[in-house]
Amino acid sequence: MLSFKDFGRACVVALWFMVLTFPLMVIKVNPIDRVITWRWHNMVWVGVGSFLCYLASRAWQIHRDARLRRIRLGQEEEKEPLSRRILQNPSIYRPLLAAGALFFLAFPGLFSTYQTNIMITALMYVVLGLGLNIVVGVAGLLDLGYVAFYAVGAYAYALLNLHFGLGFWTVLPIGGLLAATFGILLGFPVLRLRGDYLAIVTLGFGEIIRLILENWNEFSHGPSGISNIPRPGFFGIQMSLDQSITYLYYLMIGMVLFTIFVVNRLQNSRIGRAWFALREDEIACQAMGIDKTRTKLTAFALGATWAGMVGVIFAAKTTFVNPASFTFLESAIILCIVVLGGMGSIVGVIIAALVLILLPEYLRAFSEYRMLVFGAVLVIMMVFRPQGIVANIRKTYRVEEG
Amino acid sequence: MDYFVELFFSGLTRGSIYALIALGYTMVYGIIGLINFAHGEIYMIGAFTALIVSTVLSIFGFPLPAIIILTALAAAIWASAYGYTVEKLAYRPLRNASRLSPLISAIGMSIFLQNYVLLAQTPDFLPFPALIPDFDFMEPYAGFIGSSDLVILVTTTVIMILLTLLIKFTRTGKAMRATAQDRKMAMLVGINVDHVISITFILGSALAAIGGMLIASHIGQINFYIGFIAGIKAFTAAVLGGIGSIPGAVLGSFILGLTESFATGYVSSDYEDVFAFSLLVLILIFRPSGLLGKATIEKV
Repeated sequence: MLSFKDFGRACVVALWFMVLTFPLMVIKVNPIDRVITWRWHNMVWVGVGSFLCYLASRAWQIHRDARLRRIRLGQEEEKEPLSRRILQNPSIYRPLLAAGALFFLAFPGLFSTYQTNIMITALMYVVLGLGLNIVVGVAGLLDLGYVAFYAVGAYAYALLNLHFGLGFWTVLPIGGLLAATFGILLGFPVLRLRGDYLAIVTLGFGEIIRLILENWNEFSHGPSGISNIPRPGFFGIQMSLDQSITYLYYLMIGMVLFTIFVVNRLQNSRIGRAWFALREDEIACQAMGIDKTRTKLTAFALGATWAGMVGVIFAAKTTFVNPASFTFLESAIILCIVVLGGMGSIVGVIIAALVLILLPEYLRAFSEYRMLVFGAVLVIMMVFRPQGIVANIRKTYRVEEG
Repeated sequence: MDYFVELFFSGLTRGSIYALIALGYTMVYGIIGLINFAHGEIYMIGAFTALIVSTVLSIFGFPLPAIIILTALAAAIWASAYGYTVEKLAYRPLRNASRLSPLISAIGMSIFLQNYVLLAQTPDFLPFPALIPDFDFMEPYAGFIGSSDLVILVTTTVIMILLTLLIKFTRTGKAMRATAQDRKMAMLVGINVDHVISITFILGSALAAIGGMLIASHIGQINFYIGFIAGIKAFTAAVLGGIGSIPGAVLGSFILGLTESFATGYVSSDYEDVFAFSLLVLILIFRPSGLLGKATIEKV
């Protein structure tokens, strides 16, 4: 239980944060008109908030320590996490899966075009999340420029359509391949580096791509972007706006299923096992005869392929691309999806993508706090639950006794 | 020739600001092996604190020298407090976790702090009052070097010398070097490693805040996003010089500052950031250990 000492500490913490945030939260100046606005109410919020946060984290810590002690003494069995119990019991997860499938199939019929549009966006992030999951979650390579590959796909469709009149279905694989090529081109020199350098180089690469798109007017039409990109066709049938959105929705569902299938098969393949092994211990991995660079490169290229394909779909959905859609924040959102969902976990990433994209849409009043919350989610997940909401289940073999 | 000299001095000014930020990166990396992504944000918070404090003081009618000193103090103190808190909240619990965890936590912290300032203050650019007056004795040289450039150069040089003395000759500095060399061994000889790490963050943050205040007053405007780009560039400088090495960070910063200044002056200013990023990618490909860094061999 929480003791008096904890309450005392909480007071100190609250006081510290009140002083810490004082200049930025309380004072607001206007240097031109030379006016100061004092916002003392903010100080109260900070104080109360940090007091409660400290108590909550302390309570969680005490609870966890007590449980760990009981497990060590053998008084309590180590509990299987809830997500695992659901996923390993067919009589629970099958009905859930069926209900989910029905809901998603009936979605455009049940809700308005507006809602369907939002859902398409969410599904796009599901695929992006699953793609980045290969790179970050499975292979353990922190890629902060993932959005660059997304941009490559989107601009591939926009430009190929503009100059050569190529259609959606032709460009979809081209976009994927092009992104994969970029992935290999970037990855080849960089993947020999240690993990943290990789993070910063990919971050730089993402910014380079965006800056080039913004400044090279002859090539990419600069900041104003390219408009009038056609929506995907269906054997040349003319479709109304509503119909084409519904069509795009089902296309996206197909894309999600295809991604899940591929990623799932990959994870249990030879290369997938090599990725997991590489994430755990590079040196041991090399000692086992796994080609480090090639294995990493495959992960990088495959991750990029998904981003490229979703980029093509993104261009087709919005019928307009400009560099502003491909900022670092976009990469951060996708990373947040992977981290929240649980690195390497397919189910977790899907749930996280839906939650993180749909929640801000429906909680419009709080939409300005979106990025603040995303940042906090990254830190909190790493500190309190690094395995994510749905921990990845590794294939396990049991030896039958007797 | 005048143009060349002008670009040279503006490059030096840029370089010294990068150096003030890069030192924070390099010291933290040297000690705990973490790229502190939130460091750029600390610099931005330092600049914002300086803006707020200096405006409040000037409205209350303080004289200019008092404003400058108090602002610098306040910016350094608050930025250090932020640096200390960030380390304690986001990095300390992850000290024994895998390499990826603290890195993700650092990115999260950086996004969080950016948006915190955006929400608490404003998303727009704010004008920053010019704190440094035009000196009379600088009049003849005004063509290629301004008074604030001179102040930035002098301040940076003084800070560098003080920092070197601190690290070379004081107990704290020795403890820092020991921790950087071998953390476990440092613990065994009785160094409070947590304490040393906190001090490193505090020092780095204070330097970044001074840099933030100087450059903001030099350029004349700030917003919540300045920390991101400045952070990446300072990191580039640190890597260029060899991350973990303090003279390396300074050398790398001046090279980067001059490169940028000449590239934007003679080639094109649209691609200013592209030059820095490309330089970063190139160094990491061809000489990942940097100019002054030692190539390390990973031992099992």
